Amino acid sequence: MRNTSSTALWDGVKRALPIVLGYVPVAFAFGVLAVKNAIPPGLAIAMSVFLFAGSGQFVAVRGAGVGAASVVLTVFVVNLRHLLMSASLAPYLKPMTRLQKFFFGYELTDETFGVHSTAFQRGWTLVVPTLYACNVTAHASWIGGTVAGVFFGGLIADVKPLGLDYALTAMFLALLVPQCRSRLHVLVALAGATLSVGLSLAGVGQWNVVVATVPAAALGAALQTREKAA
Amino acid sequence: MIEHWELLLCIAGASLVTCIPRVGPMMFLNTEALPAGVRRWLSFVPVAVMAALLGPDVLVRDNALFLSTDNLFLMVAIPALAVAWWTKSFFGTIAFGMGAVALARYWGLA
Repeated sequence: MRNTSSTALWDGVKRALPIVLGYVPVAFAFGVLAVKNAIPPGLAIAMSVFLFAGSGQFVAVRGAGVGAASVVLTVFVVNLRHLLMSASLAPYLKPMTRLQKFFFGYELTDETFGVHSTAFQRGWTLVVPTLYACNVTAHASWIGGTVAGVFFGGLIADVKPLGLDYALTAMFLALLVPQCRSRLHVLVALAGATLSVGLSLAGVGQWNVVVATVPAAALGAALQTREKAA
Repeated sequence: MIEHWELLLCIAGASLVTCIPRVGPMMFLNTEALPAGVRRWLSFVPVAVMAALLGPDVLVRDNALFLSTDNLFLMVAIPALAVAWWTKSFFGTIAFGMGAVALARYWGLA
């Protein structure tokens, strides 16, 4: 028994390792930015513990001067995409209790969603400790990176020579490719990216991801339905 | 001190509006009761959302389309896509992307 469960935990840690590689530098940059914006170290770290949302935290730190209501509203819009991610994972999580789902969902980010969703689509059978081990490892690295940035931010003057500013982009890319399982999926990806680019150029602010995802996924569903009917 | 109170309020509010969309659907949505079309739509959400996140990251800079060989993020994204496709490794792809950006800057290519 012990062997099985430690294997399950280790599987989760391994699943989180690429996320750790991307999170540490981004969280570090967040810690540095928070200190620059005169946010007390404790509050910056609290954000990484309770919010655990990259873009949301950057919005909150930059907007600290514009008023709480406006910041909360922006964070809400930025993170609305998780509503869609959470719904798309729901069918795979059926055996879990509501409380288990709460603790799992609390640590749902673009990246943890990406790795779990890919695993499920590849036919992985749900092992709850693996889900938690992955999420907790990712979250711990996010908190650790923040702590390092807050207290040792002065040690690295600029993250650019190390390519650390490419971490999130590289992660989205690494998570997108395994999702392209068929020509139809590639088409949906092209539609999603094009719409999202168009919307952000049109100046819709933080809405671009959610607003692009809905019709792009609908295109996929419609074409698949037609394929099946034919 | 007032500023810190406002920040605390901000963090509490932001945490709440982040948490609800994350946990809500998986806790309360019974996907089996949904029409087949909606379930099919949900199955395309992962690919659509990842592409929607990536697109502006590599193609937009300062609110303008940045289609140029000077766009380092785009230039690295192309071989990184190939690495992701052939190796199927998350770790390898991310390491390649960050390493390539660092090297390009070191060599003064960008």
